[in-house]
Amino acid sequence: MKLFAGALLGAVSLLAATPSIAQTTLTIATVNNGDMIRMQALAGDFSAKNPDITVKWVTLEENVLRQRVTTDIATKGGQFDVLTIGTYEVPIWAKKNWLIPLDNLGADYDVADLLPKIRDAVSVSGKLYAAPFYGESSMMMYRTDLFQKAGLTMPEKPTWDFVTDAAKKLTDKSAGVYGICLRGKAGWGENMALLTAMSNSFGARWFDEQWHPQFDKPEWKKTLSTYVDLMKQAGPPGASSNGFNENLALFNAGKCAMWIDATVAASFVTDPKASTVADKVGFALAPNAGLGKNANWLWAWNLAIPAGSKKVEAAEKFIAWATGKDYAKLVASKDGWANVPPGTRTSLYQNPEYLKVAPFAKLTLASIDAADANKPSVQPVPYVGVQYAAIPEFQGIGTSVGQQFSAALSGGTTVDAALAAAQSLTEREMTRAGYIK
Amino acid sequence: MARMVTIRRVVVSTAAAWLFGFLIFFPILWMILTSFKTELDAFATPPSFLFFHWTTENYATVQERSDYIHHAINSILIAGLSTLIAMLIAVPAAWSMAFAPTKRTKDILLWMLSTKMMPPVGVLVPIYLIYRDFGLLDSRAGLIFILCLGNLPIVVWMLFTYFKEIPKDILEAARMDGATIGRELIYVLTPMAIPGLASTMLLNFILAWNEAFWTLNLSTLEAAPLTVFIASYSSPEGLFWAKLSAASTLAIAPVLVLGWFSQRQLVRGLTFGAVK
Repeated sequence: MKLFAGALLGAVSLLAATPSIAQTTLTIATVNNGDMIRMQALAGDFSAKNPDITVKWVTLEENVLRQRVTTDIATKGGQFDVLTIGTYEVPIWAKKNWLIPLDNLGADYDVADLLPKIRDAVSVSGKLYAAPFYGESSMMMYRTDLFQKAGLTMPEKPTWDFVTDAAKKLTDKSAGVYGICLRGKAGWGENMALLTAMSNSFGARWFDEQWHPQFDKPEWKKTLSTYVDLMKQAGPPGASSNGFNENLALFNAGKCAMWIDATVAASFVTDPKASTVADKVGFALAPNAGLGKNANWLWAWNLAIPAGSKKVEAAEKFIAWATGKDYAKLVASKDGWANVPPGTRTSLYQNPEYLKVAPFAKLTLASIDAADANKPSVQPVPYVGVQYAAIPEFQGIGTSVGQQFSAALSGGTTVDAALAAAQSLTEREMTRAGYIK
Repeated sequence: MARMVTIRRVVVSTAAAWLFGFLIFFPILWMILTSFKTELDAFATPPSFLFFHWTTENYATVQERSDYIHHAINSILIAGLSTLIAMLIAVPAAWSMAFAPTKRTKDILLWMLSTKMMPPVGVLVPIYLIYRDFGLLDSRAGLIFILCLGNLPIVVWMLFTYFKEIPKDILEAARMDGATIGRELIYVLTPMAIPGLASTMLLNFILAWNEAFWTLNLSTLEAAPLTVFIASYSSPEGLFWAKLSAASTLAIAPVLVLGWFSQRQLVRGLTFGAVK
């Protein structure tokens, strides 16, 4: 009897321990940006629709994540099933066969609805290797009250000459107001994002068709001297250590008359809870030099599946959920339309409810449309990418060049010396990497 | 008159010590203050020291978004066990080097320390591959092993210098009385070296607790300690200082408390043998 009772108890506990459906656990690596944190909070909706899939998150700082994910994917460690990666990584990793092409996102995913420029940026040979979660460009944000006071009108497509003149007129150092705030902190994704996009508008390029660096050309000199002169005369003190967050704080505190940076900042500077100038902000396209290219970049955070993942089907389901059309509706129902991840789908920019709460929507779209990752500059280039060149060596080279340019801004070196140093270090690295024969 | 000078000297040196202490403690104090600010106040220029809108919302957000307890338990287990294992290996090693040195002892000591001279990122890929093949990625055992190995040279060096201060004659006397090596280690050496052992343990614990390179690179979810918890609060786009400060304050709290309670042992250990 005892034996029978024991066997029964064992069988019951064994049954209780076995889940009714086989559970798949997805490990998702992501960055700590507002839209990603919201996605984590809303993941309950995905779990409700897919009870057999459990989602676990690894949130890391952007650079830590980049290093962590690169190590894992290069060694096929298989620690992650879905990765959050930028447009810089997508073409490089796709060519190395590190990513799985996203061919099976479902019949209702509507790939054609993705913004063409963003879709191009995450596709290689016509195949989608990552699904954009949110996209951004850069644009001009300015203080309408200060412009009005100075009797200035911001054109919809400002030129660098106009911006330079306006910045000088609007600077009132005694009142702590500076004409323009621009990134100065060294880094390939910091000051070099701005300066590379700016150089495109002046007709400069990183490399010619044979991968020879072009910092010794007049276009780069024009770019860097315009930037340094502008910032020295009309920029805030200590600008060489300012990145996105520092400039955001300055602008929100009312200390900048103009700020050129990521379109995603538009929602921060118009948020009355975070900004003291929320109702006094206007938007325009990033400046140009009359050559047909604006100084704006193109970037998207995307979800991709590493080649080492053994849970491809579940990962595809998750990506289709997070980047699909219904996700926008889900965010809108919980947090309002203003919080829907921007810059990925055409349908969002046709939605009257979104357009009503996002006064910057049209300019965001126009800025994204104006950037072309395949033809970033006026002159032909051998690389893909607007504010970067999508080659593995760029992170290192871009940061070294950024340090030279940051030093030129802080007065540690001259514009000519910084350009000469940039030229020689880039040539050395590109020769070492085998691009220059 | 002499008395006056002494009092003045005491006052000045006390004030200087407090000022110096305050300067060293200031970054931690600033972090704790920032954790009680709103994100806007945290970024404000000029910053306000005490007169800001005090709030605990950052702690609430951190609690809501992350599993602090899970990370804290991992940190305690990883730092604690790696320290314990390092001590078990290092005590006999340091004993033999201090009391039974050979011709090559100095070279071995230097060679051990030289392993600390290489930047860890240099061996990241080989270690990652080994861990992948042995199934040690994202495991507490894997992190305990690597932190134990990483800190061993420092632990052996520290214990070696403490043991060198202990007169050999006492150990010889114990041997004359018939003590075995084990008894000699446990009953004679250990009680005499307790301040040194305690400070070595505490320093090793703090080093393991703060270690960010290996813990960030070799853990994902299950084994992730507090360093991963902190790293998730930094952001390139958006204001994050207050939340990051709250996460950091929570992360250092346990080790701060531990340091507070063992400060007497720590100071004794660090000044051990300074005066003969």
